[in-house]
Amino acid sequence: MIEVNEILQTMQMIHEQHFDIRTITMGISLLSCKRNTDRETAEAVYEKVTRLAKNLVRVGNELESELGVPIVNKRISVTPVSMISGDDPMQIAVALDKAAQEVGVNFIGGFGALMHKGATRAEEILLEAMPEVFAKTERLCGSVNVGSTRSGINMDAVRKMGHVIKKTAELTADTDAFGCAKIVVFCNAVEDNPFMAGAFHGVGEPECVVNVGVSGPGVVQRALAEVHGQPFDVLAETIKRTAFKITRVGELVAQEAAKRLGVPYGIVDLSLAPTPARGDSVAYVLSEMGLEMAGAPGTTAALAMLNDMVKKGGVMASSHVGGLSGAFIPVSEDIGMIEAAAAKCLSLEKMEAMTCVCSVGLDMIAIPGDTSANTIAGIIADEAAIGMVNNKTTAVRVIPAPGKKAGDTVNFGGLFGYAPIMNVNNYKNDEFIERGGRIPAPLHSLRN
Amino acid sequence: MQKALVSVTGKDKPGIIAKVSTALFEMNINVLEISQTILDGYFTMLMIVDMTDASVAFSTVSEKLSVVGEELGEVINIQRADIFDAMHRI
Repeated sequence: MIEVNEILQTMQMIHEQHFDIRTITMGISLLSCKRNTDRETAEAVYEKVTRLAKNLVRVGNELESELGVPIVNKRISVTPVSMISGDDPMQIAVALDKAAQEVGVNFIGGFGALMHKGATRAEEILLEAMPEVFAKTERLCGSVNVGSTRSGINMDAVRKMGHVIKKTAELTADTDAFGCAKIVVFCNAVEDNPFMAGAFHGVGEPECVVNVGVSGPGVVQRALAEVHGQPFDVLAETIKRTAFKITRVGELVAQEAAKRLGVPYGIVDLSLAPTPARGDSVAYVLSEMGLEMAGAPGTTAALAMLNDMVKKGGVMASSHVGGLSGAFIPVSEDIGMIEAAAAKCLSLEKMEAMTCVCSVGLDMIAIPGDTSANTIAGIIADEAAIGMVNNKTTAVRVIPAPGKKAGDTVNFGGLFGYAPIMNVNNYKNDEFIERGGRIPAPLHSLRN
Repeated sequence: MQKALVSVTGKDKPGIIAKVSTALFEMNINVLEISQTILDGYFTMLMIVDMTDASVAFSTVSEKLSVVGEELGEVINIQRADIFDAMHRI
């Protein structure tokens, strides 16, 4: 029998500490939708997405009500569109955006390409189309994989993504370059990530699948408040126990959702995903460990331990852990990170160090509008190198807000939050970026 | 067995158990266990119920209990007990 204090603990986690299931994401393969023309492909895409995902939002809402735990987002990820597109990927983009609206999901991810070793013709065309696509569509997100541990870094793709981000910023200048919040540049992208904006349905995935992303930095922070002043061993144990409980709910939701939707259950992504709400911050977890602010010396060590303990606690709670699984450190979506960046306690360089030990990368970072495309490409190359060498996923989602300077603020609203513009090192790198070609895979890619 | 937890929070007053139990009875839901506590000055009642033979759907039970809650001036929620089992039992 469940004891009263356990019931009350669960209720406190949900009602006071912002514990929620961050997303139920349905992955849909679009490989069967390829037709002779992009118009026909777009029609097939719309039909398939609206057919398979028609009950997604209803099932999500039902589970939320029955289990009494908020399920914040219902989303869809699809096969990278460059695998089915031709000369006019905009047609497919519009169809996906419309399908997302029709089934009632707030985002659909997958307008992207896997280019870590080179580009196909369709991928080149898709990259060209990206800025206009993200300016025109509302719910569509996309990602491009530019490197991997096995194949090295495609520096041509890195350079082009610098331009794609710049152009998207210009086309969406009226919304502080919000279009850039829908583009992620990856190294070692994962095929089953349920979190936006980087979610896509990988080629190794089944026809249709359900993945769940859990969250709960507030719950971890509260648990750590109880072990104030105790040694790291106690801290580690506390994080593990908390992560276990959070992930168990994710597992329950994933299994139930898969059963009701009649599709296989893929993975639970046991990430700590913050929101701009006070008390739902990964940076505050770091503060609770004893740092005045995220960015203070010791931050990387604190984050490394947090990330590892979340995995160790979570992995036993779910039969299939996958996706990104780690702590997210976006700036604009985390009140503690916003404060640290505004106080200049946190620099872009310190964040780069933090991305060596956490799940993703430079995420939702607003930078000055006059940052050059090559400088952005340089930031992408550095992150990709960290991912490639450390055999982990890294990503860059930066927003060069037109007309804004370091110290100004951009505001996206909702879950995307707001962010102070961070200072960027503007020493030139043009000759480096414009070399083109590939950075060869590291020695430890040869594992066979 | 389909177990669920009914939680009632608010100010203590006469008739809470009577009203909630009556509503549950009308939907053929069996009360397995009741516990009461004062949490941060708030009256908190937890009921474990069995919904296996409930005469209406879960969403209807939830709506009905909300109405009873409004009449009483209490907040009443119902959630499946699976979430507590998942979190606290291996």
